[in-house]
Amino acid sequence: METQNIYLPYLMQIDKVSEDAPFVKTFRLKFINPEDAENFSFKTGQFGEYSVAGVGESTFCIASSPTRKGYIECTFRKAGRVTTALSDLEEGNTIGFRGPYGNVFPIDEWKGKNLLFIAGGIALPPMRSVIWNCLDLRENFKDITILYGAKSVADLVYKHELREWDERPDVKLVTTVDPGGETADWKGEVGFVPTILDKMAPKAENTIAIVCGPPIMIKYTFPILEKCGFADEMVYTTLENRMKCGFGKCGRCNVGKTYVCKDGPVFSLKQLKQMPDEY
Amino acid sequence: MERKLLTKDSYRSLITKLIGQNYQVVAPVKKDTMIDFLKISSFDEITEDYIVTVSSAKTVAFPRNEKLFDYEKQNKKLTQQDFDFDSIPQSVLIGVRPCDAFGFHSLSSIFCWDSIDKIYTTRLERTTIIGLSCNKADDYCFCTSAKGSPGSTAGSDILLTKMTDGNYIAEIVTEKGAKLVADFSDLFTADGGADKESLLAKVAANFSVDDVLAKINSKFEDEAFWTEQAMRCIGCGACAYVCPTCACFDIQDESHGGKGHRVRCWDSCGLSLFTLHTSGHNPRENQGQRWRQRLMHKFSYMPDRLNTIGCVGCGRCSRACPVDMNIAEHCMSIIEN
Repeated sequence: METQNIYLPYLMQIDKVSEDAPFVKTFRLKFINPEDAENFSFKTGQFGEYSVAGVGESTFCIASSPTRKGYIECTFRKAGRVTTALSDLEEGNTIGFRGPYGNVFPIDEWKGKNLLFIAGGIALPPMRSVIWNCLDLRENFKDITILYGAKSVADLVYKHELREWDERPDVKLVTTVDPGGETADWKGEVGFVPTILDKMAPKAENTIAIVCGPPIMIKYTFPILEKCGFADEMVYTTLENRMKCGFGKCGRCNVGKTYVCKDGPVFSLKQLKQMPDEY
Repeated sequence: MERKLLTKDSYRSLITKLIGQNYQVVAPVKKDTMIDFLKISSFDEITEDYIVTVSSAKTVAFPRNEKLFDYEKQNKKLTQQDFDFDSIPQSVLIGVRPCDAFGFHSLSSIFCWDSIDKIYTTRLERTTIIGLSCNKADDYCFCTSAKGSPGSTAGSDILLTKMTDGNYIAEIVTEKGAKLVADFSDLFTADGGADKESLLAKVAANFSVDDVLAKINSKFEDEAFWTEQAMRCIGCGACAYVCPTCACFDIQDESHGGKGHRVRCWDSCGLSLFTLHTSGHNPRENQGQRWRQRLMHKFSYMPDRLNTIGCVGCGRCSRACPVDMNIAEHCMSIIEN
């Protein structure tokens, strides 16, 4: 883009819309300007500012893997003003995108290790990018286990991909729904994510755990991992705080002196424990 | 540092010529009961009857509201019109107190941290700052506690100090200042060697900001301390709006029909909605936490991350506060507790 205006977004066309759960949609976005498409690159874990002209910007992760070229995807729940406006758009509409911002999941450091992904609800999207990134480089990693839970069967996002992961012999997928959220034909687990994790009793040896979920899930998941013997530097998560700029100027997202937009959003549990409770 | 004499008549000529040459000249102007920085069209609009203006001089580089770019929607198509950098005028900012001038240093550290905010930097690059030393101060002033002084040249391109006869000592601080002096060299004459120090206001140094920096991190977890500090705070955000170093902003869209623009506007960490998530969760849910953020940002995070202090001791926040919170007193209480 021939500009030095850091607030000017890329123009992106909505190439595909899928409804992943009640109020949850995924957009596949393609750059309108071919030069932008050529020059753009990102790494897994990074985020951006997505905007609807006339309504404003909203922050979420890039939910697709950098190994899948030519597009980016984002998944959002219709919740506030901007996500409601995004939700009303359809294929062919143009939106704005600024990014990529923030740090990345250090997947190069995870080579030769087992990976344990633990996600809850609408927090699978930030993890989906790193899951596909690792699956596309499958030979770099040992066992890959995914534990994913949601309130109800309907609330599980990426159902199509969950099936795909379930069918792969090189992935162990465990899905669960909160008690009462199951349907008659539900074949997965019933129980909260930390409870199911406790039952699974994952081996900590040579294993990286990546945890994304609502604060309450995270709060009860970390002690289980600790019980299983996971060291703090082997556990990763990605934080979300309210943001406007995405590059350390607007003053919102900091947790103590740590800027989620610049120093994060990806943090190890070791880093997280050194930060004040301000997220 | 080179010193010149600028007589009161030459000062009038300088401003008149700058206006005539289509510079945007911004100066302290009395409007109703308030004195603030405004664009002037004649020398007579300027006042020097102020200790500090109500708002700071930061508006020249960081306006209260500014368009970031324009857009137009037609059916499913969206086009964007980039910010017009050529539209930023060459400006001369006059009557800037040393505290305010130094504030640009803090602001720049935020706007140039990692990614450069070219809208801000272009505005500042095209502004020549003519400072004015303080010959009076009030009880709210504490620049000498915050590494400043009533005659500090830091941040000014030229610093004027008014002498008893109404003429000015002109100290040429930067190349930008030297260029302006060269452009109007007939107005600046040989310096008479007046004693600048004797002309300056006396501001007592009641504490050292270094002691605040040394102590504040250890107070972070002391919830009762921050609750008490912020007991009176009503979260109005006035302190941030008048502050020369506060840079927190919001980004919003303004549109009419299919046309509109994205706008940046001032915001404040003291406002309860500032960090509120859509889910309803708020990481800084009470005023004590928000006040802590304000002070930690200025006296811990900025020194730590940007190697600068987020306070210049102008005392504006204390003057503007509707419940009479005085930041210097809060600083001293951090040191003492």
